[in-house]
Amino acid sequence: MQEIVQYLFSGITTGAVYAVIAVGLSMLYSSTELINFAHGEFVMIGALAMVTLWVRLGLPLPLAVAGAVAAGCVLGLVFERLAIRTARNPEPITLIIITVGAGIFLKGAAMIVWGKDPFSMPSFSSHESIEIFGAALLPQSIWIVTAALVLAGGIHLFLKQTLTGKAMVACAVNKKAAWLSGIPSEKMGILAFGISAGCGAVAGIFIAPITMSSYDMGTILGLKGFCAAMIGGLGSLWGAFAGGLLLGILESLGAGLISSGLKDAIAFVLLLLILYIRPGGLFAAKEAKRF
Amino acid sequence: MMTDKKKYIWIEYLIFVCAVSAFGLVTENTYYLQIMTFIGINTILGLGLNMLMGYTGQVSLGHAAFYGIGAYTTAILSGTYGINPWLALVCAVAAAVLIAFIVGLPTLRLSGYYLAMGTLGFGMIVNIAIREWADVTGGASGFVGIPVLEAGSLVFMAGAGYYFLVWAIVFVAMIICRRLLASRTGRALRAIHDGEKAAVAIGINTHFLKLEIFMFSAALGAVAGFLYAHFVLFISPESFGFMFSIKIVTMVVIGGMASVWGALLGAAVLTLLPEVLHGFAEYEMIIFGLILMVVMIFMPQGLTRGIMDMIRTARRARA
Amino acid sequence: MKQKHLVLAVLVIILSMLPVSGAMAADIYKIGGIFSVTGRASFLGDPEKKTMEMMVEQINAAGGIDGHMLEAVIYDSEGDPAKAVSAVNKLIHKDKVIAIIGPSTTPTTLAVVNFTKRAKVPLISCAAGIKITTPVDPWVFKTAQSDLLAVAAVYQQMKAAGIKKIGILTVSNAYGESGKKQLLGQAEKFGIQVVLNESFGAKDTDTTPQLAKIKAAGPDAIVCWGTNPGPAVVAKNAKQLKIDIPLYQSHGVGSPKFIELAGDAANGNILPTGKILVTSLLDDSDPQKKVLEDYQKAYQNKFSGNVSGFGGYAYDAVNLLAGALKGSSGDKGKIRDNLEATKGYVGATGEFNLTPQDHNGLSPDAFVMVEIKNGTWTLLK
Repeated sequence: MQEIVQYLFSGITTGAVYAVIAVGLSMLYSSTELINFAHGEFVMIGALAMVTLWVRLGLPLPLAVAGAVAAGCVLGLVFERLAIRTARNPEPITLIIITVGAGIFLKGAAMIVWGKDPFSMPSFSSHESIEIFGAALLPQSIWIVTAALVLAGGIHLFLKQTLTGKAMVACAVNKKAAWLSGIPSEKMGILAFGISAGCGAVAGIFIAPITMSSYDMGTILGLKGFCAAMIGGLGSLWGAFAGGLLLGILESLGAGLISSGLKDAIAFVLLLLILYIRPGGLFAAKEAKRF
Repeated sequence: MMTDKKKYIWIEYLIFVCAVSAFGLVTENTYYLQIMTFIGINTILGLGLNMLMGYTGQVSLGHAAFYGIGAYTTAILSGTYGINPWLALVCAVAAAVLIAFIVGLPTLRLSGYYLAMGTLGFGMIVNIAIREWADVTGGASGFVGIPVLEAGSLVFMAGAGYYFLVWAIVFVAMIICRRLLASRTGRALRAIHDGEKAAVAIGINTHFLKLEIFMFSAALGAVAGFLYAHFVLFISPESFGFMFSIKIVTMVVIGGMASVWGALLGAAVLTLLPEVLHGFAEYEMIIFGLILMVVMIFMPQGLTRGIMDMIRTARRARA
Repeated sequence: MKQKHLVLAVLVIILSMLPVSGAMAADIYKIGGIFSVTGRASFLGDPEKKTMEMMVEQINAAGGIDGHMLEAVIYDSEGDPAKAVSAVNKLIHKDKVIAIIGPSTTPTTLAVVNFTKRAKVPLISCAAGIKITTPVDPWVFKTAQSDLLAVAAVYQQMKAAGIKKIGILTVSNAYGESGKKQLLGQAEKFGIQVVLNESFGAKDTDTTPQLAKIKAAGPDAIVCWGTNPGPAVVAKNAKQLKIDIPLYQSHGVGSPKFIELAGDAANGNILPTGKILVTSLLDDSDPQKKVLEDYQKAYQNKFSGNVSGFGGYAYDAVNLLAGALKGSSGDKGKIRDNLEATKGYVGATGEFNLTPQDHNGLSPDAFVMVEIKNGTWTLLK
């Protein structure tokens, strides 16, 4: 019993991180129909920027977080401007390779800037873990889950309440129609890129204290994020969020109850099952087109 | 017209065979032969995926799985059970084709990003299975004890022997691909490529056709895996992971899709690039990433097409 | 225009690959090195490469070997077996080296030995895996302590501490797998029972599920077998879960980096390590003390950053090779024979006594057990 609670705590923490990554991917996809294979690298940039700003330069926590998120956003925008918009023939396969190339580039650049060694970072608040039903809950876990909820809630409000947000939704529903009604769809795409990269950075910032940050941490997190987004339904905000949580919990339960060696396979088996049975994702309201 | 085109193809083949033989006979340095051998193995991989991506428009981000299945099947059968490697090759190809059939049946109903993600998941699962099934595969530490290939009194070891073996298979694979494209299947493939709905309308069973090509590319992947295993004589799961799948896709795309020579060019560029970039040490990753992006941004059709276009523009400019 | 430049660049790249026959001065001994300078195992390869360069410089400054200068040709394997094979063929056939040091990891080593054996070039690996030198191949040697000895050292200490039941947690790569095999295989000999064996991914962000499961199985101690940064995550998680039984680590974390990464959580961790981490704590009578001090001083003068035991593997490899080169006049067979006959060489890793049956030549005392207290290493007796 006590272990099960522990597995759940662990799963929700990891799941919240996956959720933030998946939300970023999903946002971008719904506005631009692009899957960014470099997304995981923005997670890495967020974590490492945090190491520099908070641990090395000693900036106050809120300032460091803001700085790291800004770093992610700016890089995302630069990437959009230089690599995505200049592409002459934006077919999915071309864009996949461009983003893969960007991912390798970012990883290589990070290796030169931050070196090959991993870094650790203290937790955002006091060290002691809280005991609930005999299981330990880390303060950082509460931070992560709160951050994920605030972020997803914020994006939700942005899309539903603000004019810009509504314009973005309109673009996601039908780009041409949105354009006809005077929405600058290209600008919306850029905005989506910025937000998406920012989400990646946020995931990195909050995960840094519970794990070790290094230039090569992003790829696997990015892949898990894809799985989460697919499970929840590509293009759906809360679907991606729920997909992330579900994936985290299942991984943790799988590691605890079945076999820790096969833990990484869980995400991908789940991904295949979803694709075969319900390609629109678990939480998609309607059957998504398979292209 | 037709005979002209055929003649042209035979001239291409002749040049190819001469160039390959000349290189093999003249070069004595095992290092260069070995690099060429790797290019050959990668070309076979590229050819298979090229058929899938170029003609059916299906992206596979898990192709390294078939490469791994080929390599591990032959390693286990010939290394652990002492079965003749050539027989193991047959089994390796059969295993890859069978798995491609089972996986392809549901997966190929997807398309676009969904298919890409599906194949990615498949590739990851195979890789994890290889790593975790340690009793049979040697696990993460790798598989030691793969026998050297022999045929009668011929022993295929690093150097000219293996070089000719690999390139002979490349040649055969090229001819098979060309034949396939010239056949009824090929015409149907082009129809799918130009417009899947139209192809369905004129009575082409597109799903079955895609499956057929998927199985074919899996078979070529297994052959490449077989050649890799008996060349290096040691295999470990890292060589067949996600990054390698990406590398194969990159070869195909950089070289140029829907082109047999594109597969060759792509394999050559991606195999030579790291060798050249060795000198850049730390900057290797940055340069590699940049090259990928730049080629894709400016030559989305790949180098073969890109270079041909450029020659054409240059000619026109001169005229 | 842009496109033209691109084509040009590609052509130049391809052309630069064409064969260039290099003339070789007769009086230089060329030796090769293959290390994982970048990639996942860069923590091994980076200090190894630096050490090899430094040692070759030192030997040359002292007049070389029998009047022959040394030249080191070093390639990066990135920890990838296929790249290591490329590198080894380049060394053997293009650079025509007379001996090779490295690679850094077990899989890359196992991949290259097939080629060095065939070409009859002596190879001194810096990797830990026991498969490298068992069964013994005439042309393959290694300087790193086998995981066999590391596990024996851990179990010896456990037996003394009265630990009977353990849970093990290994990283799911070649290093962890080899460790797991040894941990399971030797347990019975020391009267130890493994109650649970779990694994974690090298890039896992959280290992609490595995630890919670092990905790529930009620062992007397936990053994974690991995290389940085995974074990630091394990140490942190164990502290967060308030697991109060001893946590043993492997020699794979034996560098100051581990303490830096795990912080407070490192305290109380026990691990086997080469003596290099605890040089200043060694008895003056220990023959290794002076060797280690010299190496450390030289390394820190040349490079910033701490020495690690990993660089020590390359240090010993170069010294063993230098010893074997004496009187060999560059003949590979002679070098091999001399290597095999090396006796009583006191190095950074331990005392090497090579024989035709043992191409590692270290004894269990190459390891000492240390405990981390207040963020620093202390010797356990």
